[in-house]
Amino acid sequence: MTKTGFVIANLFRKRTRTVLTLLSVIMAFLLFGLLQSVNSIFNAGQNFVGATRLMTQARVSFTQPLPISMVPKLEAIPGVARVGYSQWFGGVWQENTPVFAFAVDPLRQRDVYPEYSMPDAQWQAFANTRTAMIAGKVVADKYGWKVGQKIPLASNIYPQKNGSKAWAFDLVGIYDGTTEDTKKLAQNVFINHDYFDEANAFGKGRANFFILKLADGKQAEAISKTVDTMFENSPDETKTQTEKDFNLGFVKQVGDIGLIVRWILFAVFFTLLLVVGNTMAQSVRERIPELAVLKTLGFSDGAVLGFVFAEALALCLFGGLIGLVLATLAGAMVEKGSGGQFQLSPDLRVWLLGVTAILVMSIVVGLLPALRARRLRIVDALAGR
Amino acid sequence: MLAQIFAITGINIKSIPERWATSLVIVIGLAGVVAVFTALLAMANGFSSTLRATGRQDAVIMMRGGSDAELNSGLDREQTDLLKQMPGIRLGADGKPQSSAEMMVIAELIRKDDTKNGANITVRGVDPAAFALRPNLRIVNGRNFTPGLRELIVGAGVLRQFQGAEIGKVVRMRGSDWTVVGAFESGDAHDSELWTDINVARTTFGRTGSSSILAALDGADGLEKLKAGVAADPRLNVDVIRELDYFNAQTKQFRATIGFLAGIVTLIMALGAVFAALNSMYAAVAARGKEIATLRAIGFGGTPVLFSVMIEALLLALSGGILGALIAYVLFNNMSVSTLGQNFTQVVFNFKVTPALVIQGLIIAVVIGMVGGFLPALRAARLPVTTSLREQ
Repeated sequence: MTKTGFVIANLFRKRTRTVLTLLSVIMAFLLFGLLQSVNSIFNAGQNFVGATRLMTQARVSFTQPLPISMVPKLEAIPGVARVGYSQWFGGVWQENTPVFAFAVDPLRQRDVYPEYSMPDAQWQAFANTRTAMIAGKVVADKYGWKVGQKIPLASNIYPQKNGSKAWAFDLVGIYDGTTEDTKKLAQNVFINHDYFDEANAFGKGRANFFILKLADGKQAEAISKTVDTMFENSPDETKTQTEKDFNLGFVKQVGDIGLIVRWILFAVFFTLLLVVGNTMAQSVRERIPELAVLKTLGFSDGAVLGFVFAEALALCLFGGLIGLVLATLAGAMVEKGSGGQFQLSPDLRVWLLGVTAILVMSIVVGLLPALRARRLRIVDALAGR
Repeated sequence: MLAQIFAITGINIKSIPERWATSLVIVIGLAGVVAVFTALLAMANGFSSTLRATGRQDAVIMMRGGSDAELNSGLDREQTDLLKQMPGIRLGADGKPQSSAEMMVIAELIRKDDTKNGANITVRGVDPAAFALRPNLRIVNGRNFTPGLRELIVGAGVLRQFQGAEIGKVVRMRGSDWTVVGAFESGDAHDSELWTDINVARTTFGRTGSSSILAALDGADGLEKLKAGVAADPRLNVDVIRELDYFNAQTKQFRATIGFLAGIVTLIMALGAVFAALNSMYAAVAARGKEIATLRAIGFGGTPVLFSVMIEALLLALSGGILGALIAYVLFNNMSVSTLGQNFTQVVFNFKVTPALVIQGLIIAVVIGMVGGFLPALRAARLPVTTSLREQ
């Protein structure tokens, strides 16, 4: 009988109790994994290349468009390598499925977003065909779009000059990300801004966003200030921030999701602590005489403490790991089911948090019983006092 | 049989203090499940009821065809003037149609607990008729804005959640300065807005026309007349929606999301609670093995034992549920929050813990209690009497 074997044998002494406690731990960590992933989605800025890109929008709200005539002024700022512009199209696929569609200048778009890749021929087709559109691989796969098809897309904001809100575009290219992270984000649709300008009924020459690609990311803050000062007190006041801050700001508007998640997890773990703690306490209480025998045989106080801690750790580790694995599986299923829209799968960071939580929990639930085991006096314990 | 059940249940319950730790596990576990469930749905409730309180049956919103939110809608001068005079709109005491052209502009204010990140707030430019069309809106502080001047009145919700819009403060929008002269309260989504004179808004921001028209319906057939009139005019590509229906539709997305989240979280927590309850009840039955065997030996039937254990589980679960509902109520009821609405502007609302919600939570607690109590109860009822009597 090895020490590990001893710990495991003790765990399965009362099988039902151990199994049920294990199941409770699994449920708690399943929830932990899923909720922390939700939290990650809402709070992770886009770290890739984001630091070298600035987003300029109308100061008041990005729903207010700015004139494209601002582009040459923006490009003239030292440190700005290239400026792209983008207008929200309000795309709708089929009856009422929203699609992230933007009207952009094709070649500028390619320059400011180098992390997306598409064959050069397709970029050229995009630039040269008036009614062209390109789509991210994620969204193209989701709706089964193939290059060469004519895709009917409606806009819930812009009618064509003939009054109809139904538009149609030729899909000339599908772009994809170059890294794991960027691949997941390939879910936009881009159409030609020039065509959009001349065909829509509401006028031309405007964009919701200017995307400034910087030569040097370290100048981000200085250049943001320069841009905003340039347009201060004009009818088109701007707000410029890094792409990452823009995303964060947007999420903050949705609300403090992080707080809600933290509250829920707090409630869950508090209860779990009680459940597992109770199990451990009972388990040790029942075995006081046995632990006394161990001490008689020569195991030190510390060794006995170690046994109890090991038992607590085994319980929490086993349950916690299974729970996290289930969360990963569940998240992967959700991801597949929603065509990549909801990336709920716990990533490395969540796993690390989870393992830390397991360790902390083991220590907390094991502490009192372990101390009790350490302190017991052989004579009293054997006599049942 | 009933007498037996009462007797055994009495013994069970009186002996709970001996097993206080295991019993506490059930109570706290259930309190957690019910508290989280109640809090999440109170949030959904609060958001819906704020939006649903906005809007009357007998008023309509007219927007550009195909827009699903005022933000996406825009009507030009000609259309605005035409729509304000359509047949089907009730006439006021002065003989003029009760309709108000309204224009949405977006302003940015900083949250009270923040220093940098602004959030988008709706500024609504309105015609004088807007006030008559919204009888539940009252000025509670200061005064109404003066037509022709760059003055704003601020909704109670905005004051609760954001800074920089108190009476006397100046709000900067697109290079122009606006003074807040009064505060209003309307008990609905408009509390999240700033209001001003539509004509001043038009000239300041270089716009004509409006985002939408709000109009009172004339009689039971007002809606048909209005819709017919709009359809007949080729210059108008306009949707006519009852105000109530419009705001109702806006809550759908949020409710669906929160409902989904609440469902999943509650399900997983409930499963965890069931396992915890099973654990505790098995322990309870095991601890009293000798007692139960004695009762069986002296003639109590198996079924009363089963019932008594289940009742114990139910009582513990129910107390946990009540505790959870109480925690949710005390901590969260009427807590003010805001989130992104359909127009990409903030909607301020309160958590609302309703009696219906509490009852739903308690039902969940009862179900968990029953599931968690059944198998242990069965085991207790089927305990082999002689061997249990001999046990340590």
